[in-house]
Amino acid sequence: MIHALDEAAERLGLYIGQPLANARAMCPDLRVFDADPVADAKTLSDIADWCDRFTPLVALDPPHGLFLDITGCAHLFGGEAALLQTLVRALARQGFAVSAAIAGTSVCARTLTRQATGTIVADGGEAEAISPFPVSALGAGEAITTGLRRAGLKTIGDVASREPHEITARFGARFSTLLAHALGQGDAPINPRKPLPDYIVEKRFAEPIATDTMIAMTLSRLADTLIASMEKQGKGARRLEAAFFRTDGVVRAITVETGRPVTRSAVIDRLFRERLDALADPLDPGFGFDMVRLSASRTEIVVQEQRDLDAHVHDNDELAALIDRIAARIGGKRVVVHLPQDTHIPERAVWSAPAQHHLTAAMQAEWPVRTESEPPLRPLRLFDKPEPIKVPFATVPDGPPHQFTWRRALHAVVRVEGPERIAMEWWRQDGKQLTRDYFRIEDAEGLRFWIFRDGLYEGEVFDGDGKPASPGWYVHGLFA
Amino acid sequence: MSGARGSALAILRGQIERIETAEIVHQRDRVALGHSEADSALKGGLARAAIHEVFCEGRQGAAATGFVTGLAGRVSARRPLLWVRQDFSEIETGALSMSGLAELGLDPRRVVMVRAADVESALRTSADALACDALGAVVLELWGEIRQFDLVASRKLTLAAQGSGVTGLLLRMAAQPLPSTAETRWMLRAAHSPPGSVWSAWGAPVFDAELLRNRHGPCGRWIMEWNCDECQFSEPSTYPQPVAAAPAHRQDPAVLQQRRAG
Repeated sequence: MIHALDEAAERLGLYIGQPLANARAMCPDLRVFDADPVADAKTLSDIADWCDRFTPLVALDPPHGLFLDITGCAHLFGGEAALLQTLVRALARQGFAVSAAIAGTSVCARTLTRQATGTIVADGGEAEAISPFPVSALGAGEAITTGLRRAGLKTIGDVASREPHEITARFGARFSTLLAHALGQGDAPINPRKPLPDYIVEKRFAEPIATDTMIAMTLSRLADTLIASMEKQGKGARRLEAAFFRTDGVVRAITVETGRPVTRSAVIDRLFRERLDALADPLDPGFGFDMVRLSASRTEIVVQEQRDLDAHVHDNDELAALIDRIAARIGGKRVVVHLPQDTHIPERAVWSAPAQHHLTAAMQAEWPVRTESEPPLRPLRLFDKPEPIKVPFATVPDGPPHQFTWRRALHAVVRVEGPERIAMEWWRQDGKQLTRDYFRIEDAEGLRFWIFRDGLYEGEVFDGDGKPASPGWYVHGLFA
Repeated sequence: MSGARGSALAILRGQIERIETAEIVHQRDRVALGHSEADSALKGGLARAAIHEVFCEGRQGAAATGFVTGLAGRVSARRPLLWVRQDFSEIETGALSMSGLAELGLDPRRVVMVRAADVESALRTSADALACDALGAVVLELWGEIRQFDLVASRKLTLAAQGSGVTGLLLRMAAQPLPSTAETRWMLRAAHSPPGSVWSAWGAPVFDAELLRNRHGPCGRWIMEWNCDECQFSEPSTYPQPVAAAPAHRQDPAVLQQRRAG
């Protein structure tokens, strides 16, 4: 079946949805390519990225449409006509066949692109502009379009001349809403791909820039402007995005996040420098960038603190700034602080949370108090997954081993303390967990281990025949 | 030794002396570890604003971690501690457990952990962090022999530490000690718990710490016990095991005055 075709094929009378065999019969030397909807969607989204240069509100209209909300943006490009011309020409230069139109409502604009590309309809002129077009331009679906034609309603004007309730009764409420929107009565909201950033600054270049120094300079100037506009409203940025628009249409966006609102442009500058330095696939300027945009997509109100002699507050700020820099370089999930959890299971006792978001909580966390004059009861190093050890025998069934093999080395047990029995939390739904008996052990060399027997003797572990089996032993941690 | 060579050596020593005096400003700031012999060898304690290296064999990783944790607890003085580690060391010796850290008497609230994927980013992160004077100490935990950690990298860390006054602690597991710009270099092994009744409270961390290099004093080897309640090192109360004597080549203070460099 034909999924898409070019102009030449269209002239031959082929149409979308036609079986391939029929098309081949009409035109034996037809060149056929497999449809790739995923690549099509990707291309559309790339074009949408590129269109971000005109307005931050770009919505996808699959399979091959884009809505741009240019409210308040047109004057930046010399008016609506100039904007439309710039957009169409630039996309044509990239090898796309474009039909574009501007209208007061998205549905109306879409209808126009199907019949009269390049049209600009002023507010209120929608009905008049689209009434001569055939009903198929509304894109209401095969059944409705055929139905309208059978009813003798050939143009949109014909349909509009009918009473709305008649249309609704015959073709459904959805169609009548679509029609109303096309005629400029109300509008369907478009669904922009990205939320509108709180603050945007951008710089365009007549001559594309490509060098690192120029890029860095541009970013720091943009940061100055951004900070200035945020400062007026007492805001600081928590997430910043820099978008680099390449002349050939490729757009690269780089995001940095911060733990607390940023109010200094030098900080933004440094974060981006760290991020750009650490990129696995560096920013490729190609033939240069013709536009750079810096936007603050998440902002917070900054509480202006009285900076007195409280060095502690200052230290915390410095630490947060350091964490932001490291996170910008190696990723926010790799810098963590620790929060105690209310559980006895050793591997779940601590939650490693991203430091950028949980620094304050971690600084104020309540940790269990250790017992005075007791040796450490929890190991300093804990294995993520307990490692199995070989225990030849234990004198008492419930007792600790006399020796064990871990990582191919035999350890003779000299001192033992235990058992400390830790029962699993039965209310958790992650499989049957066995009761563990933990022992603190010192070997002949002075190395200390935290080992456990997984399961009770003759109580929890069974072999295939249902007879009691000997439970497994594991090393869970190492004491200092 | 000929006279000309001797005087050339004397001139070089003088130059090194002058270079090193620049460091002395910070070096006065020392933290006593609590173990009297070690403190006297260290001229009062572990120097802040410098790099200290702790080496150990692979299987002694936990003991060395305990020692480094103790040092960090001593020098950081209630300021935040940044612990940088590479992914691989966590697989080998397990992750640093905050419950265990709390059991040693340290405060897990002040620990920020950086999970660096590789050595390069770990080194870079620690150099950055050492320049941030809000921190008390930076621990860099590395596993195995590391080509990237050469004299240049080591010097970079030292300069950053001197500039900010932050102490850098390098935990080098499964690595051989090599020349570097570190202020002190230790070799760590776990020591037995003091002998005695099996049921008496055993298990306080005991270290067999060998000071391999000390830029401003003699070396030595001691059994050091970490006191979890008082957060300091101490001599084990009863420890009849013989301890190796301090190496002969670094014990005379007069000789030391001449051999400051190297």
